Amino acid sequence: MNISEMTALETAEMIKAKKISVKEAVNNVIDNIKKNDNKINAYITVTEENALKDAETIQKKIDSGEETGLFAGVPFAIKDNICTKGIRTSCASKMLENFTPIYDATVVRRIKNSDAISIGKLNMDEFGMGGSTETSYFGVVRNPCDTQRVSGGSSGGAAAAVASDEALFALASDTGGSIRQPCSFCGVSGIVPTYGAVSRYGLIAFASSLDRIGAIGRDIKDCAAVLSVIGGYDTNDPTSVKNTSLDFSQCYDGNIKDLKIGIPENYIGFITDTEVKKKITETIKIFSSLGAETEFFTLPLSEYAVAAYYVISCAEASSELSRYDGIRYGYRSERAGNISDIFVNSRSEAFGEEVKRRIMLGSFVLSKGHYDDYYKKASQVRTMIKAEFEKAFEKYDIILAPAAPTTAYKIGENISDPLKMYLGDICTVSVSLAGNPAAVIPCGMANALPVGVQLIGRAFDEKNIVKTAHAFQINTDFHKAGKGVV
Amino acid sequence: MIYETVVGLEVHVELSTKTKIFCGCTTQFGGDPNTHVCPICCGMPGTLPLLNKEVVDYAIRTGLALNCDITRKTKFDRKNYFYPDLPKAYQISQLYLPICTNGNFEIEINGRKKQIGIHEIHMEEDAGKLIHDESANHTLIDYNRCGVPLLEIVTEPDLSSSEEAAVFLEKLRETLMYINVSDCRMQEGSMRADVNVSVRPAGSDTLGTRAELKNMSSFKAIRKAIEYESKRQINILVGGGMILQETRRWDEAKEKSFTMRSKENAQDYRYFPEPNILPVEISEEKINMIKNNMPELPDKKRERYIKEYGLSEYDSSVITSERNLAFIFEKSVIICGKPKEVLNMITGEMMRLISETGQNADDVKISPEKIASLVNMISEGKINRTVGKEVFEEIFRNDTDPEKYVTEKGLMMIEDTDLIEKTIKYILEKNQRSVEDIRNGKTKAFGFLVGESMKALKGKADPKTVNELLKKLLIK
Repeated sequence: MNISEMTALETAEMIKAKKISVKEAVNNVIDNIKKNDNKINAYITVTEENALKDAETIQKKIDSGEETGLFAGVPFAIKDNICTKGIRTSCASKMLENFTPIYDATVVRRIKNSDAISIGKLNMDEFGMGGSTETSYFGVVRNPCDTQRVSGGSSGGAAAAVASDEALFALASDTGGSIRQPCSFCGVSGIVPTYGAVSRYGLIAFASSLDRIGAIGRDIKDCAAVLSVIGGYDTNDPTSVKNTSLDFSQCYDGNIKDLKIGIPENYIGFITDTEVKKKITETIKIFSSLGAETEFFTLPLSEYAVAAYYVISCAEASSELSRYDGIRYGYRSERAGNISDIFVNSRSEAFGEEVKRRIMLGSFVLSKGHYDDYYKKASQVRTMIKAEFEKAFEKYDIILAPAAPTTAYKIGENISDPLKMYLGDICTVSVSLAGNPAAVIPCGMANALPVGVQLIGRAFDEKNIVKTAHAFQINTDFHKAGKGVV
Repeated sequence: MIYETVVGLEVHVELSTKTKIFCGCTTQFGGDPNTHVCPICCGMPGTLPLLNKEVVDYAIRTGLALNCDITRKTKFDRKNYFYPDLPKAYQISQLYLPICTNGNFEIEINGRKKQIGIHEIHMEEDAGKLIHDESANHTLIDYNRCGVPLLEIVTEPDLSSSEEAAVFLEKLRETLMYINVSDCRMQEGSMRADVNVSVRPAGSDTLGTRAELKNMSSFKAIRKAIEYESKRQINILVGGGMILQETRRWDEAKEKSFTMRSKENAQDYRYFPEPNILPVEISEEKINMIKNNMPELPDKKRERYIKEYGLSEYDSSVITSERNLAFIFEKSVIICGKPKEVLNMITGEMMRLISETGQNADDVKISPEKIASLVNMISEGKINRTVGKEVFEEIFRNDTDPEKYVTEKGLMMIEDTDLIEKTIKYILEKNQRSVEDIRNGKTKAFGFLVGESMKALKGKADPKTVNELLKKLLIK
């Protein structure tokens, strides 16, 4: 039985029905890692021994007829900025190269309760700062569809692992598009829930007001199932919301006849690659043919989103990353004669270029005399963008947009031009500022590379996104065709 | 030219909530280093602050006691700076919308009343403590105090002398202890103050350039520092110099202040709104509830004791100077109905024992029921005052039951007049010369005979009875 052809939920069924053993499922994934990950570099840490031990425990549970969780025996992996008790959590930074958390993130605890089996920790841009996984201290993640190209970022490891059968699904995070853009680049499905729908406790912060945990999987159904397990109020995260409804069982009738989809025309204009534009246009037609009503409109304020996003996220990052001072954990410079040396040298030696750039940018926009011009103004823009989305959702159930202006680019192509890199986030950062839920699903190939489409929903209306994406996926097979070949 | 001193205070008070401001760790003072900590107060990556609602209640109670406006939607901000005792490298504090603003607090200086404006009160977290081990040339950090809730109470520059500052702080301390938000122990660091001092020509209404004094750990130090600083500044002005705006450190041993950093080198804390704590909405009902459950403040209590219990102004302020003393006093009086007697017992015996045992008046645990019963025994003549003192000490030290103690030790007054008469007769027989003296008009010897009789009765007879019986027997 080859589980590479199956989704996580299908695999869970097979395991439950004892058609395959947990060990087989786990070994299948570990074999793929051993075979391919030297090329792809999706993992920072593989916890094979733990996984095999867990496999035994879960198998015993199944064999003894004990009740098991939704993902019993299903191998998955975790982005390396989500804390795992006793397992190194590095944020792909030299700073935390040897940092082992003493507690599990809430999402890790919850997914473990569903009896899923963690295979290891996934590569990413350092502290989530980047769109290509090229800023990782552990090396770039290569796109399984073309290893000369990037996998996207910052969750490049997570998207590449799922695309190359090195995990059946992944827990990842999205601050400005970190789940959505790599899903588009690697041809897998991903979902970012509304800010507050999933606990951030244990997610190592990049920018607290923007960070969200979501899921990457082979189809939207897997992603939705993961959300239903990890989501909901958590006393450890005061910004998590009570009474979220993440039960998606009524979302799979494939009927989107009454659905109104709005397409912001200016977002089509953000696409710089004509092949990508063609795929998005075709996707709109497919939705029309499935019975949804599609209509063009504009979200003019999105033009300011990249600027506002970088001001706010860098400001927060400059503060969130201050705790890495070489005192309690993490890297400490050998050149540490006095307290100032410990701070300055440890941070100078252990943070990468992009992280330092953002800390400096963030410190600047918060400094006396500049706060009002930058941080405060950006916060005002954020409020307006949020209002603009709210207004659009009075009219539309779903907003459809590209996930990125291009397909996966060549490794090294953009890394020396930060501004160009930042502008690559133009399709995703408005949603980050607004906090609305969004999914990205594969919608075809352009230049022999995957393209994804972004479906944005009302706040706390993940259901409509899942329903829409699912209707698309049962009528097309882009999510199967995009499979990476190394 | 005559100069006047202008003083503003920033008082930091550690709140006596059971747990820390953003986690469930205990706020208890002391403990082995780094035992009152968890991933949250240690700022481990990925953790989030969980606001302790009790801290908000304490802040509101304090704001009401200082006549402040309570902010209906209050928010937290981050104050960013690097220091080893601050594990997140930012302190969660309040800059833009502090919980209380615009208050005032009345103090009395030489019989004159003065209103001191309260600029604001905000909530924040305390930092850890550095321990410098010079013998080993290293510094250790204890994070136990990290995350203990603090209120920062900022006054307007309304104080005009070291004396006013001291009176203000004393009264603030008394009030905060009364409303039970802090134990205000300077020696344990639960009350600390930064002092802003400036001088200006007397009568001027513009403020001079101020210096901020840090590192003050006692009321005495604060008084001295203000006096020193005001003199230093006046000397500079008189000499034609200019005051620099700066932060100065008070050296308690040298009794001098030294420059810490100038305005140019002032830290930029890069404040911005804390994204992990939602704004706290405070309802009218909540404020009313706290208002209605507010303990009686010392000023009100003082007046009431004068009116209700007939205490003198002096006695009333002594007994209300510490919340716990007033509590013990009032409870005892309610039971026995004898305010004067209870007052004397507390201001006499109890104060003596408190200072003898080196306790804080606030820590004293003594049963008002037992005090009341002792007072009753004395006033009913069951024991005399000397015995009363002994019994009080027993209650204070060992929580002994007074009636039981008196019975067991046989300290009860002798009420059997036959026995008293017999004893006196025996004394008279033994001291024939004194009897003669009295009969010859030398009344001095009468006192001697009373004394001898009391001695023989081991002090347990009512002296009045002894007097009367002695007179009667001498006449015979």
